[in-house]
Amino acid sequence: MGPCARLPKRKERQKVVENAAEAANKGEQVKNMILHHITNGWDISFPSSELVSRVYLNKELWKFHLGGLEVNMSISRHVVMMMIAAGLLILLGLLARRRLALVPQGLANVLEAFVLFIRDDIAVPNMGKKTGLGFTPYLCSTFFFILACNLLGLIPYGSAATGNVSVTAGLAFMSFLAIQFAGMRKMGFFGYFKHLVPAGVPWWMAPIMIAVELMGICAKPFALCVRLFANMVAGHVVILSLIGLVFVMSIWVFPLSLAFGVFMYFLELFVGFLQAYIFTMLTAVFIGLLVAESH
Amino acid sequence: MIGGAYGIGRMAEAAMNGTSRQPTAAGDIRTTMIIAAALIEGVTLFAEVICILMALK
Repeated sequence: MGPCARLPKRKERQKVVENAAEAANKGEQVKNMILHHITNGWDISFPSSELVSRVYLNKELWKFHLGGLEVNMSISRHVVMMMIAAGLLILLGLLARRRLALVPQGLANVLEAFVLFIRDDIAVPNMGKKTGLGFTPYLCSTFFFILACNLLGLIPYGSAATGNVSVTAGLAFMSFLAIQFAGMRKMGFFGYFKHLVPAGVPWWMAPIMIAVELMGICAKPFALCVRLFANMVAGHVVILSLIGLVFVMSIWVFPLSLAFGVFMYFLELFVGFLQAYIFTMLTAVFIGLLVAESH
Repeated sequence: MIGGAYGIGRMAEAAMNGTSRQPTAAGDIRTTMIIAAALIEGVTLFAEVICILMALK
């Protein structure tokens, strides 16, 4: 190989290396963009006439030490989203109050349809009449709050608060408390622990039964938490990755990306409703298992 | 994840079987199917989240 034949090879190699570096850089940027949209942050973007307009939140507001662990409870982006969701729900409730009559009209009708659905199809069939009616407010709160948080993640400048594992862990912890409280109220405080080992079980199986039952009690709310979190995050990551694909590869992928993206958006809308319903219903089922009336 | 998809497919087949045998129980079967689908999806998405976390670390 003479010197003339070697030169194009070097240029080609250099171009390949440059392309790879550029692709890696773009990949890095896309990854940062996806992480910025998924995780909690300290700034909120809002629509305005400028290119990038953000409100920076104070991250030093409520920081304190709790026995060696540094806890930061300042208001972050997901907290603001949760407050917006709660505010919207309160507004919805107040607006529906004006038209309450024997036959409700308008907004109250819609809300009543939802509440009756929760009461008649989720609460009472699983928990019996008394406990079902007692727990319906909690189930309604859970359902509407999770639904509002999920839907806020879909609007352009919003971020899904349920895409944060701490938020879903808090919701699952509330359900855990509700389940234990229901069980303890039905069976008495010590009766609840005695129920872990049912009657008629030989004495040498009792330790195994207690261990397995305790694991079950802890695993069920944990599964609730992870299910909601993973469903929300997976939907967002897929949509953002499809958009980011346009930047990493050429721009002509964009019709395909757009079509898939719109389809994933509808799927995520459906998944948002479904996951709120599933969370509520599994809470009702777990409570019903503990409050089961002896036939 | 493939196991999850296979499981949900099997369950949809069983649900349609049951509905065709007794059409009046279609609503109950549909509810049970949705519950079981969400539970299986939970396991699948758990695996996906672990994968994403490992890829982003």
